[in-house]
Amino acid sequence: MDGGFVTQRDVCVECGDCIEVCNSEAREMAGKEVTVEEVIREIEKDTVFYNQSGGGASFSGGEPLLQHEFLTEVLKECKEKNIHTVVDTTGLTSPQMLESISAFVDLFLFDLKTLDDAKHIEFTGVSNKQILENLRHLADSGKEVIVRIPVIPGFNDDPVQIRATGSFVSSLGNVREIHLLPYHVSGLEKYRRLGMKNEMHATHPPSADDLSVIVKELRKHVSSVCIGG
Amino acid sequence: MTERVKKLREQSVTAIPYLSAERALLMTEFYREGAFLSPPIRRAMAFKRIMENKEICINDGELIVGERGPAPKATSTFPELCCHTQEDLEILNSREKVWFRVSEETKKEFEEKVIPFWKGKTIREKIFEEMTEKWKEAYSAGIFTEFMEQRAPGHTVLDDKIYRKGMLGFKKDVDEALRLLDFIDDPEAHSKSEELKAMSIAIDAILILASRYADKAKALADLEHDPNRKSELLRVESVCRRVPANAPTNLWEALQYYWFVHLGVITELNPWDAFNPGRLDQHLYPFYKAGIEDGSLDRVKAEELLQCFWVKFNNQPAPPKVGVTAAESGTYTDFANINTGGLKPDGTDGVNELTHLILDVINEMRLVQPSSNIQLSRKNPDEFLKHACRVVREGRGQPSIFNADTIVEELLRQGKTVEDARNGGTSGCVETGAFGKESYILTGYFNLPKVLEITLHDGVDPRTGKKIGLESGDPSMFRSFEDLQKAFQIQLKYFIEIKLRGNNVIERLYAEHMPVPFLSILIDDCIKNGKDYNNGGARYNTNYIQGVGIGTITDSLTAIRHHVFSNKTMAMKDLLKMLSANFEGLEKQRLLFVNKTPKYGNDNDEADDIMRWVFDEFYSVVNGRTNTKGGVYRINMLPTTCHVYFGSVTGASADGRKAWMPLSEGISPVQGADRKGPTAVLKSAGKMDHVRTGGTLLNQKFTPQLLEGEKGIENLSHLVRSYFTMGGHHIQFNVVNAETLRAAQVNPEQHRDLIVRVAGYSDYFCDLSVALQDEIIARTEHQGF
Repeated sequence: MDGGFVTQRDVCVECGDCIEVCNSEAREMAGKEVTVEEVIREIEKDTVFYNQSGGGASFSGGEPLLQHEFLTEVLKECKEKNIHTVVDTTGLTSPQMLESISAFVDLFLFDLKTLDDAKHIEFTGVSNKQILENLRHLADSGKEVIVRIPVIPGFNDDPVQIRATGSFVSSLGNVREIHLLPYHVSGLEKYRRLGMKNEMHATHPPSADDLSVIVKELRKHVSSVCIGG
Repeated sequence: MTERVKKLREQSVTAIPYLSAERALLMTEFYREGAFLSPPIRRAMAFKRIMENKEICINDGELIVGERGPAPKATSTFPELCCHTQEDLEILNSREKVWFRVSEETKKEFEEKVIPFWKGKTIREKIFEEMTEKWKEAYSAGIFTEFMEQRAPGHTVLDDKIYRKGMLGFKKDVDEALRLLDFIDDPEAHSKSEELKAMSIAIDAILILASRYADKAKALADLEHDPNRKSELLRVESVCRRVPANAPTNLWEALQYYWFVHLGVITELNPWDAFNPGRLDQHLYPFYKAGIEDGSLDRVKAEELLQCFWVKFNNQPAPPKVGVTAAESGTYTDFANINTGGLKPDGTDGVNELTHLILDVINEMRLVQPSSNIQLSRKNPDEFLKHACRVVREGRGQPSIFNADTIVEELLRQGKTVEDARNGGTSGCVETGAFGKESYILTGYFNLPKVLEITLHDGVDPRTGKKIGLESGDPSMFRSFEDLQKAFQIQLKYFIEIKLRGNNVIERLYAEHMPVPFLSILIDDCIKNGKDYNNGGARYNTNYIQGVGIGTITDSLTAIRHHVFSNKTMAMKDLLKMLSANFEGLEKQRLLFVNKTPKYGNDNDEADDIMRWVFDEFYSVVNGRTNTKGGVYRINMLPTTCHVYFGSVTGASADGRKAWMPLSEGISPVQGADRKGPTAVLKSAGKMDHVRTGGTLLNQKFTPQLLEGEKGIENLSHLVRSYFTMGGHHIQFNVVNAETLRAAQVNPEQHRDLIVRVAGYSDYFCDLSVALQDEIIARTEHQGF
């Protein structure tokens, strides 16, 4: 109320009391604990809209498979209620885990950052080996999969990589669609609010022209390529 | 768009609205003669006087002819209803918005002839003279408004009868009704006879007008050097010789016939809300089809005729009010609202080729008038809805979208036949009626939050300190929320009955002094009944009271229940003190109401159940009460712009709204209170029982980026279909412009609900960084809204 507030992150125990007492909503808690029933109740509120649009529930993150048990229960419940389900995943998980939810998932949105393993390790800290295997396994099993590529200038947007990616995706069993997610800067405000440093300040969103070159190349391999999604 | 239409459109858009003394002078002259005539005959003779003497205006290039005044946007006044004072004329001439130029000559004529004659003789003066002290107190406190103090009861729409029958045919019907009168056993035979004779005179009058237009077209043709225009003018002449005397034989004649009828209705009196042709696509389709088949018409020509017709509406601004202030600017729009789509009388899909052509016309003409809507039934194809959504995306708020199936259900609930119900639709803003067969009069807006304010002050209006309500108990003594509900019920019933009492008197004043014989020819069963439209002649006679501020009152009551009675974290007397102080120095507490209280519009039952309770109370106290015309009262939930006026007389409310700020609008949530996206708003609004109303109004705002591409259109149409599955009556979309986004930057609290497409995802505008907000504003501007 007095024009600002101070955050001492080192003493914060995430009790949330500060949110309750502040009527002007200066603070919000990102995320909350919920039960399976609560999630299902929230999803079911919009049934009338799914009936019209063919929509349903999408599980995203972070990485939803990090909460594998909970996710499985919610997915099962959705399928019992005949609600369409989508899981948006990085693919960094065990084949068993993926296999165990697969029966309850109508569509996977599968992230593919780069085929270059060295680069993958450099930028994400992990190898893409398991990820690519998972993707191939999932696609070959006949599951519907859309591959989503974050287009990050200087990281994965050079013609060689794009061509390799296109050719890889076209070799997969059941993938007919690629979504490009162009790098954007709308998270800057969040960095500021969380007191974090923006390490991407030298990177700028790709231009429309750059994107159309990428789309053109990918369409040689996969029939449906769209920006956003 | 053809060169002709471009030119006519441009002329219409740039024409300067001015006040014309023509009608007022002819009316004054006629009444001054003071002939001994019954009211219906007097009104018919007055109408005929105008039609015989008014200026005839055919604009260059026009195919459809006829103006109410002497020229486009020359606007008539209706001194027999209410007479503009000299001061009114000065304000109209000089105010910044919705101005009307008033020439020195007009001012002089008003000063010397019009004003002195009508002083003490207008319906408006009569109304205020007849109203009780209690009515006047409630009226000035802003509990309700009164529609008929400045305009005549109107609010009706034409069906397809004129496309099958000429005025000479109606004259035969009138003669037949006269012949059948039973002067021995029917005590009303004489008054019926007077009414029917008046209708006959009114028919003569419209025929005179048409023949004067035919003569004028002939005269212009004789002078015309351009052979093309000459032959067009001769065609105009022959069209005006054929209609409205006879049934039309082609599209051109059909449009011209309707236009003469429209002019007749809006010249005879100044009815709320301007008349419209109803299902234009269905009415005109046989003519269109026949023309295409025999080669006399093609799509381009049909479109041009429709566009010429569109321009005629835009040339007739709504007559300005009297007793105006500079701030109360009103609108040029006269609310003619053209319907397309819906069902045929046999219940099958009513969409045809002309429906799509009309949607194209709406899109191209981009005029303020006429307004347009689609009637969407589950039986209509998706392509129809998508076509309408593409027009909506252009950002001019048209067409609005109605649930044809709910409208049929509303009309059936009111006891109409299924054919009459399917022939029904929308007029004005969102009002339901059985076209060509119903008089459905809106009588006034009703300020629901103000009634709560008076309840919270035990019958006193805190703005004036006057006790204008009943003593329903000191709220700080209330032990439970039910005590408050009971007190509210007492006040609500009291004020509604004051309104009903006034309405019944006003209705008789119009029935007795201001019959409308011309309009009565057009609405079943006035001829058969030998009764005027204003006196119960129509097949159905419904009156409405329109509830305003359902969002504001719901959130206020929810806040009181939540904090005072359920959680007991605040004492009633402290809450009342806060409201009295208008939250001065109590911003923290105000934000508790704004941010930490359940709100209508978020699919939250705690709030939405209160909405349903208020709705039920309002419904129970109004619905089914009788009017003086053999019909009953119903409720509507729409504000037009009255939520601004009502807000300006209503003090701070427990939803955190500061004193004198606007109330919530339509059945929309309080501005900025909906935080869970459009689906939650629709879910909340869908909990209202729309079928028990004669119309509800829901506005939704989107930025253009959200509606981009075919995907955007599909999303929008799914949203509409979903809302209508829940029984929603109406939805309209405002595609917001950069200006709105800038306003949201300055005042986020009022715009919390604004969702924008950011980059492959959507977010609340107010939650974005200023830099990103600026970028979206730039993008929105770039799209040319």
